[in-house]
Parts: sequence; C-alpha cells; structure tokens
Amino acid sequence: MKLSQAGVMGINRRNCDYIHIYNPRRDYPLVDDKLRTKQLAINAGIAVPELYGVIEIEHQIRELPDFLKKYPDFVLKPAHGTGGEGIEVIVGKVKNAYKKANGQLVSEEQLQHHVSNILNGLFSLGGQEDKTIIEYRVKFDPVFDAICFQGVPDIRIIVFLGFPVMAMIRLPTQMSGGKANLHQGALGAGIDLATGRTLNAVWKNEIVFEHPDTHNPVQDFAIPRWEELLMIATRCSEQTGLGYLGVDIVLDRVKGPLLLEMNARPGLSIQIANHFGLIHRLEFIKTNGRLLGSAADKVSFSRRYMSRIR
Amino acid sequence: MNNRHLYILSALLFLFGLGLFLYKVVFLGFPVTPGQETNVWEIEVKVNFIASDRPVKVYLYVPRNLRNFSIINENFISRGYGTSINTSDGNRQVVWSIRRANGLQTLYYRAIVEKLESKQSATALKEVKTEPYSYEGADLEAATAILQEARQKSADTISLVLQLIELVKNYETDDNVNLLLRGKPEQENMLETIINILSLETIPARLAHGLKVNEQFGKVQPVSWLEVYIDNQWVTIDPLTSQIGQTGDQLLLWLGTGRIVNLVGGQDLHVDINVTQTGLESISAASTREKILHPVIWKYSLNSLPLDTQRVYSVLLSVPVGVLILVLLRNLIGIKTFGTFMPILIALAFRETQLISGLVLFSVLVAAGLTIRFYLEKLKLLLVPRLAAVLIIVIILMLMLSIISNQLGIESGLSVALFPMVIITMTIERMSIVWEELGAHVAIYQGLGSLLAASIAFLVMNFSLVHHLVNVFPELLFMILAFTLIFGRYSGYRLLELRRFKSLAGK
Repeated sequence: MKLSQAGVMGINRRNCDYIHIYNPRRDYPLVDDKLRTKQLAINAGIAVPELYGVIEIEHQIRELPDFLKKYPDFVLKPAHGTGGEGIEVIVGKVKNAYKKANGQLVSEEQLQHHVSNILNGLFSLGGQEDKTIIEYRVKFDPVFDAICFQGVPDIRIIVFLGFPVMAMIRLPTQMSGGKANLHQGALGAGIDLATGRTLNAVWKNEIVFEHPDTHNPVQDFAIPRWEELLMIATRCSEQTGLGYLGVDIVLDRVKGPLLLEMNARPGLSIQIANHFGLIHRLEFIKTNGRLLGSAADKVSFSRRYMSRIR
Repeated sequence: MNNRHLYILSALLFLFGLGLFLYKVVFLGFPVTPGQETNVWEIEVKVNFIASDRPVKVYLYVPRNLRNFSIINENFISRGYGTSINTSDGNRQVVWSIRRANGLQTLYYRAIVEKLESKQSATALKEVKTEPYSYEGADLEAATAILQEARQKSADTISLVLQLIELVKNYETDDNVNLLLRGKPEQENMLETIINILSLETIPARLAHGLKVNEQFGKVQPVSWLEVYIDNQWVTIDPLTSQIGQTGDQLLLWLGTGRIVNLVGGQDLHVDINVTQTGLESISAASTREKILHPVIWKYSLNSLPLDTQRVYSVLLSVPVGVLILVLLRNLIGIKTFGTFMPILIALAFRETQLISGLVLFSVLVAAGLTIRFYLEKLKLLLVPRLAAVLIIVIILMLMLSIISNQLGIESGLSVALFPMVIITMTIERMSIVWEELGAHVAIYQGLGSLLAASIAFLVMNFSLVHHLVNVFPELLFMILAFTLIFGRYSGYRLLELRRFKSLAGK
C-alpha cells in the first residue's frame, strides 16, 4: 500500500503502537490538566503564559468582573479542554463588554455563562467538572504579521522518546476564527527540523502556497529562535515521562517562547502539513536514538537526521 | 510479546466458542438455521368413563424418555382429580384419583415427543435371568412338545422364537397350542404363551406395548410386540410381520401384561389415542435432548431460565453483534458517531419502530430537540439544568409525536416512546456543541454517521440468522469477544484515512 510506504501513521497505529506503549496512563493528568502542566513547566524553568487566576466554583463567577478589571486583555480556558474547545481570547474592553480576538463583543453575562459551562465540564473529557484558567494573552511576535490573521500562531512539535521528530506551525485564518486548530480551518505549514524554515502549507486538506487572508507566501518562512523551541519540546518530554508527545509553543514578542500546552494524543494532521508520514522517523529514532542522553544531544541528533528522512 | 499473549487468548476464546458451538450442532442437533423442523409428535390420550358417585382411580401408562423418543413436554388435564406418577419395573404410570365423581368423566394426557435418529446401541444391561414357567401335567407336556418341534426347525435363539411364533399362530392345526391357549386366541394371550414356553428354555422374554408413531397419524390403537433377551440385549420381534429389531417408530408405553388404562370405580371405559405431527421448532427439541444427555449443563444454560427472562436475553444477546459491527465501522472504516454506543441503543429502538419509520422519527425528534436547544442557549442555563430541560423537552416531543401520529393513523409513530430518551438528550447536546464549535456541516456529518451506523447495526442484529444463532448458541459470544480483542490491536489504516492522507500517498 502506498500510504504505508510513505510511512503515514493512522489513528489505530498511533494508539496501538505508540500511545499505549510509550505513554503511561498515570502520566496523562500532567498534560490533560493545564494547571499541572503549567506548574510542571515552571518547576523545570520553562516559560509559560503567566497565570492570572483560577475559577474553581460557581460562586467565584460573581467576582469575575471585579477580578478582570486589573487585566486589559487575557485568555479564558478550561483546564481539561481538548482540541482547543472552550478557549476565549479577550483582547480588550469596550465599556462593560469584552472584545474577542475576532472583534466580536461579549457581555459580562455571556462571559460568566461561558465560565459556568467550563466549570460544569462542557469542554472536558467525559464531562467531568472542570476549572477555568485565566492567563496572560500571548502577543505574537511581529515576524508572523505577514502570515497570520488574528489569533496567535502556534508551533506544534512531536517529540518521541525525547527527540523532536516533526514540527509544524499553525496559522489562524478568518475561517478558524482566530483559533490555531487545523480542523477548525487554520492553516498548517510543516517545518524543516534542521533549518527551522517552513515547508509546504496545507489548508482544509489541500496544499496552498499563500495565506488565504493575507495572501503572503507561507513557504520558506524562517521561524525565529528555532533551536530554543526544540529544546523546550525535548525538555517537556523529559519532564512528563510521556514517550510520544505533542508540544505546543508560542512566540511572544516580549517574553519569547512560551509553552502553551502538551498533548498525549497529538493529532495526525501534522503529516499532511509536512507532506510526509511519521513512521519512518519514529522507527529511525527507535533503532538509532536510544543511546543519547542530554537534551542538547537529542536536539542536534534530530536536526541532523530527521530532515534527511523524507 | 504482548501481541502473542493477545493472540493466544483470542484463539482460546475463539476455539472454546467454536467447540461448544460445533458440539451443540453435531452431537445435540441444534439447528444452525432458523425454522428447521424435526420429528416432533403430539400424542393425546383421551379417557372417557361413567362414574357413579364412588371413589375413582384411573391408571394410565404413559411414555418415558427412551432411546428412540424423548419427551419434550407433557401435561395432564383432569379437573378435580389428584395426579401422581408411579414409576415401577420400567413402566411409567399416571394415577388420577378422586374421592367422589358422578356422570361422564373425561381425562386427557398430552405429550409432545420427538423421534430421535440415534444409532447408538443400548448400554449393556445387567444379566437378566428367568425362571421356567410352572406348567403342570398335560400343559407341561404340550409346551415341551411345541418347544421341541420349534427347536428342530431352528438354528439359533432368534429363529427359535420365530418358529414358536409361527407355530402358535397356526393354533387351529396344533392341539398342543390349542390346549395352552385355552380357547382364547387373542394376540396378547398368544404372546404370553410364547414367553412361557421360552422360559422353559430359560430364554428371558417379555411383552411390550406401545404406539406406532409414523407418517399415518390420527386415531391409533396400542400394539403389542415381543422382546427377547439375546446376547445381552432386548431384541424386538413383531409378532405380525416377524420383523426383528426396533423399527424406530415404536413408542414403548408399558411392559408386561395389562391394558393401557385401568379403571377402578367406573364403567363404560373408552380410550382414544391420537397422534399428530406438530410444527414445533427443533430448538426446544434439541434443548430437551441436552437436558436428557447433560442435565447439569442444561441446568446452567439459557434454556433453564424463565421465559420472560429468556425474552430479555434474546434482545441482549444481539447487542454484542451490534457492538462488533460498531467496532468495525469506527476502527476499520473510521465513521464518526455521537457517543460510542449510541448507535447500538438507537438500533435496539429500531427493532420496534422498523428501520424507515425509525430513521424518520429519530431525525424529527433530534431536529426538533436541536431547535429548542438552540433557543435554550440564549437563556444561559447551567449545564445540568439545561440537560435536564432538554430531557424533559425530548419526552414532551415524544409524547406529541405519538399523539399526532395516532391522530393521523400512522401506527409506527406510537413506537417513538421506545427511543432511549437519555441517549437522545445527550445526542442533542453534543450535536449542538459540535454545531457551534465546528460548524453545521460537521454536526450533520457526524449525525448521519451515527444514523448510518445504527442502521447497519440494526440490519445485522435483526438478520434472522444472526438473531437465531446468538440465541441458540450463546457461546458464539466468546468468538465475538475474540474478534473484538483482535481488533483492539489493529494498527492498520482506517478506510477513511486513505482519503484523508491521499495527498501523501501520491509521492
């Protein structure tokens, strides 16, 4: 079959041969609960968006407007959210209303209702009760201005046994409503691990060469501080103990690279964005990568070999 | 290494299920396809007599489980009579008794029996001995003379018996036989005489009575035959045709002398026996066979449960088949559904509504619920009260659908009540979230996927052969479990992924 020759990984293969084997169930909470992820990162010296506050019970919602007075902009997200669901990005205030990233206004009431939905588990796995995280809104690095429409572009790096194996940048579009999720209409571009430059881009499962909204080319774009990003990804993997991990990082114009979240079941669209399957690279790491110890060694190993496997 | 463990476990489960299945098919004769009929007969014995205000006792010989027949079911219909069953000397007798009865009395015995095609020989019997009959004087001389004559014309025991039958049949020309029969040339008396003569030679023989159960059905009379003990076996000899060996359609009722019915305390006895072939499904016949062959296994099987419970399980047992279908659809094909097992529950509801009307009802219900759910979104309700509100609305909608379709005379609309309302509520909630978060097309796509999965599961679960197989052979569940376990480690592509990654395959 052509797909398996191309080393494309399907969901069954990912679950059977990688997640079930390399990701111990007890380590899942570290990445499923974004509060724990944050704490873990802080302890390891990895920068994260600053935590403003946590809402844990319904009663606290009343104090939300007062609490938010201090912050002109912020992000609300469920601690156990999946697939980017339930995230609300507020960029400013207009009188009593909050302005969302896409320019829409939400009233205080609507925002409170959203928090209540989060607490009741609307966005969490299995509908269990959840917490709402209020945190620093990332202001993306101006280098992305040309290829980004609203929202914040984030960089997804797949790390296997501590080795970065594949990366992509997800660029919000008008269609994705400022969100960086491919299935919501964001644009994904593969990144060459060796150089940190974008490869081809995919939008709605089709190969594109320019951003659908800004019409600027998205190919061969250099991601700043690439080595640093790879180091964060590798260290995340070491901190969690998860062998097969997706690490999402954003580049803030002031604070530099910030760890946004981790995913123990990273999606497979990265293969489409890179126009290449994961399996050959994962197999290469399995056979050749075991002996290396330090994070820096692993990153340089990946930068040297991963891009050659194409 | 893990996989080998799984394969061994699955293979064991599979073989265990297959083994039990084959055993039941081959040795117990359970039918593999639905609606197979076997040799099942209904026997009815009607006893009429006049009672005259005195205590009455009626003895009736009834069949027991035999090598060539098994009793599937029997009942005794006798208003006011006490019923008990005696088993003695290999005979089974029902005793009806009443303290006082008057006028015409009618008692019934009904049995459903199945003719078995067993070729197996009888288990070895213990030694049977017989004492010479105490003939005296002239009788002894006559008997010895007859025996002498028969022995001269015969080579072994069987031919000796056949010669005796021949001699006794021609009693008119033989004074010796005439003497022994004492002028009563009835068949039973003849056979008794033969048995007595054989006893002089210490050959055990006995008189047997029963019914001929074969293609000619209707009113029948009991027939008698001779059984002679030769080479550790009772050999049947038909006195009329001189046929040796059991024909297979002789249903033994009693051994020894006597009539089929003995009446004490009544007059004008009439006995009518009716034999009819019935269309009973062969499952119950096979199950009875299991009951006879393996009483312990039968006791712990599905068939021993009360009928109501069996009916519940007949539904439950088809669920694993549906679940297997769902595993295939989700992990092999990649169809997305709302909720893991939601399509199975919908498919179960389709059993009552039928497929087309079920699909229509479900779509109407979900569409109406979704519309109201979008309105509720404006009210900013807390999650659990909102779910509760949707559930209540779903029930109201179901009621309205039933009433409207009843008014319009659409009968299938009434069965909307059988839809699992909690599942529908959760479907509506999930669908509205997906609708808002990911857009209408994704929500509708997943909704259609769920309906497709439910329809396929319904069609397979209700396929009469599948339904029959899981109900008659619950051990097939082990095989389904084995398949499910194997699929649990299937790491190949899903069918829909081939399309998703199409661009990557072209390289």
